[in-house]
Amino acid sequence: MANPILQVENLVKRYGDLEAVRGVSFSVEEGEVFGLLGPNGAGKTSTIEVLEGLRVADGGRVSVCGFDPVRNPTELKREIGAALQFTSLPDKLKVTEALRLFSSFYNRGRQPEELLKRFGLEEKRNAFYSQLSGGQKQRLALAMALVNDPKVLFLDEPTAGLDPQVRREIYDIVEELKHEKKTIVLTTHYIEEAERLCDRVAIVDHGKVIAQGTPRELKQTSANISRVEVRLAKPASNGALKTLDGVVDARELGGAYVLHCQRTAPAIVALVKHLEAEGNELVSLEIATPSLEDVFIELTGRRLRD
Amino acid sequence: MTNLATLTRVRMQLALRNKMFFFFSVVMPLGFFFLYAGVFAKSDPHAVSFFLGPVLALNVMGSFWGLSATLVMYREQGILRRFHVAPVSSADMLASSVLANFVLTLPTVLVILSLARFAFHVQNFGNLLALILFVCVGTVAFGSLGLVVASITNTMQETQVINQILWLPLIFLSGATMPLAYLPKVVQGFSNYLPATYLVTGLQQATFFSKHVTDLWVYFLALVAWAVLSFFVAAQLFRWEPETKVPKNGKLWAAATVIPFLVLGIWLHGNGKMLAEAQAAYTAISKSSAPSAEQPKN
Repeated sequence: MANPILQVENLVKRYGDLEAVRGVSFSVEEGEVFGLLGPNGAGKTSTIEVLEGLRVADGGRVSVCGFDPVRNPTELKREIGAALQFTSLPDKLKVTEALRLFSSFYNRGRQPEELLKRFGLEEKRNAFYSQLSGGQKQRLALAMALVNDPKVLFLDEPTAGLDPQVRREIYDIVEELKHEKKTIVLTTHYIEEAERLCDRVAIVDHGKVIAQGTPRELKQTSANISRVEVRLAKPASNGALKTLDGVVDARELGGAYVLHCQRTAPAIVALVKHLEAEGNELVSLEIATPSLEDVFIELTGRRLRD
Repeated sequence: MTNLATLTRVRMQLALRNKMFFFFSVVMPLGFFFLYAGVFAKSDPHAVSFFLGPVLALNVMGSFWGLSATLVMYREQGILRRFHVAPVSSADMLASSVLANFVLTLPTVLVILSLARFAFHVQNFGNLLALILFVCVGTVAFGSLGLVVASITNTMQETQVINQILWLPLIFLSGATMPLAYLPKVVQGFSNYLPATYLVTGLQQATFFSKHVTDLWVYFLALVAWAVLSFFVAAQLFRWEPETKVPKNGKLWAAATVIPFLVLGIWLHGNGKMLAEAQAAYTAISKSSAPSAEQPKN
């Protein structure tokens, strides 16, 4: 890494007895979109909120734009923009007022008018915050995060709880920012979001980074693993499928069986032999290249959203 | 400084869009004024000027109510943390609360004074400088009390309970509603320890007896000290996060803000100065218009 704009070393964050973040380390280059991917409660929000200066770390070192969030909180906050997991504003604050108010806190930035246009909020400029839909609130949160034209943009679960159409709108906005070479750190528990938006991803589980790299690299580490999805004429037992030669894991998923195979060819041969012996029949068979979901399953033994 | 200015402006706009604010800061004080001036004082200008101090005190004291509620709501709903992620300091947040409340309280004061002058023919507001100074320090001090309440409560319900507990003695045992001289001896003794009594007495002495600030400096400085101490404690205990609870020694810190009134209260309780002044005003009004000072027993 030549000159990272953001560095996290051995970050620890506790809440009473609960150790939410247990030694997380990563760094982000300028112009990069970096994702923290993991299930709810993995420690992603705690990590990002330490970087934003909202929470104080219990251990480790953090530097954002050269500033320590504890020692230089104000300097750091001038350089960053953040859309929190739950942004809330006073009910009777109007959209333009929110943008103007927050841009007044910085001595540089983008024009509120430009942001209104860009985020499709022109028609809602005089609407109260309480009158906005979930998607509009989220677009306003993103617009507010950009009022100071930040060097690093933090997006905490930017699409959580939004319907698929609004989610795609948010993806478009983030992709546009990515083209502008904005440095972005985002957290998500959506595989699709991480694969689509992030240059690099850290997979976080139980407060630790368990893998890190580009989505492609991560998938290659699981290259020897393949995912075979089969439909059978009659139900079979997962237990039996799991013991087949070359199969690591088997589970039922919506009427189909998903097999994670270490060696694909021998696994398929074993499967066919097994089905013959059981008097069962193969209806369909599909071999998929591994996704980040498979990487997560391989690393943790669990699905991302259980 | 620009943060404070823009925050104050926006928070004033928000308060003006809030029906609760309108009720507590405009409707209620004016209601009290008409009750006192029209009913108790029977529109007698001399009697109206006796009640001017208590009415203005009630107007000013109401500050802490809305201020604490707003701040706790902002914290509970996670609005404060959005400000925290911007370069906004806790001092900006607290000072804008007090300042917005201050600017918004003054028009009602002016309306009450105008009504007294033009509708009830009160010719003389006493010592105008003293009147202005007590209104200003009172508004800031009771605003800061609101900040302290917000800092030692975790939820809106708690805040409203504490507000009720504070509000009732402040208005009933301080001379703000019933004249002090009219209250039982035990209550009179207790009133020496209430900040509200200092404000009511100071305002009444300034308007009714045209006393100078130099004559009323004890009351004035007590309120100044209280305002500064309360703001300092509120800043120490300030919390951005909804889930951060009041620290263990928080209530102790909050209790410490009454020290000026504890110390002065013992002194004034001993020499009976404040009560004597309240009594003098009451005697003056009772003599000139005996029946109109008659208070409903309750």
